[in-house]
Amino acid sequence: MTNSAPDSADPPCAVVAGHADFAAGVISAVQQIVGTGHVFRGVNNAALDAAGLEHAIAAAVADSHATVVFTDLPGGSCTIAARRVARATPGLAVVTGANLVMLLDFALNGAAAAAAEHAAEKGRAAIAVVEGMEGARAH
Amino acid sequence: MPIELYRIDDRLIHGQVVVGWGQPLDVAFIVLVDDTVAASDWEQDLYRMGAPPEMELFFESVTSAIARIGAYQSRAEPGIVLTADIETMCRLAEGAPGITRVNVGGIHHREGRKAKLRYVFLTADEETRLQALANRGIAVTAQDVPSAPPVPLTEVLAGAGL
Repeated sequence: MTNSAPDSADPPCAVVAGHADFAAGVISAVQQIVGTGHVFRGVNNAALDAAGLEHAIAAAVADSHATVVFTDLPGGSCTIAARRVARATPGLAVVTGANLVMLLDFALNGAAAAAAEHAAEKGRAAIAVVEGMEGARAH
Repeated sequence: MPIELYRIDDRLIHGQVVVGWGQPLDVAFIVLVDDTVAASDWEQDLYRMGAPPEMELFFESVTSAIARIGAYQSRAEPGIVLTADIETMCRLAEGAPGITRVNVGGIHHREGRKAKLRYVFLTADEETRLQALANRGIAVTAQDVPSAPPVPLTEVLAGAGL
């Protein structure tokens, strides 16, 4: 991911850290839908040990002045590393189980108070089981 | 039931272990053997968050793990023993002779290490330690996830999987 660091006029930024191309994929989806994928800095955990991943997330947070780190898997290496970074970074929130709806909400409302909590709630609310074809019109 | 997996993985508790191996093996508990983690409540809380609530997580130093390994091996449910590095697994194997197989699951790039597999990078000293484990009669293979074929140590050291 090569998004440039924001200047003071840019909106709040966040880091997205995940397995393989999760971050790149979901950031590109944000870009396609609302055109503000640049507020996210992606971190891919491939080929990094625990210390290397922690360093990569810390560097992404520092470069982007991120206020939130979104991670994919609650028990994953990115979450463990992000929690280590958050311990050393006052005010940095970690949100696990990231999905596209969550990131879209942050992209649009990242400047709001409690943006991380708001995005997490939106992401949770978007999860649904959609029934199949029962009740569909007969052809 | 014996321990299903003795795994060396520098990420310790993470997706491949908890989900990748944990679900198909129906793992009920993980024994995380690490002297630093065993001495830190904060580290233990960190890793506890990474395991699902139905999976028990035990933290042991090498010394305490050797003392309790028999109890873990005699539990009815399948379990995983996890170390972050080769040295810790070697110390454990020296004190716990019941270990017959070791899985190299993830030793990632770091200064001084050479690539052996996509997920295994080793220093010369680490190669020697793995060979020493094999010389004790322990079957050492590399395998990151259950769906991948295990790679014998000889092939790992030869870099045949690159």
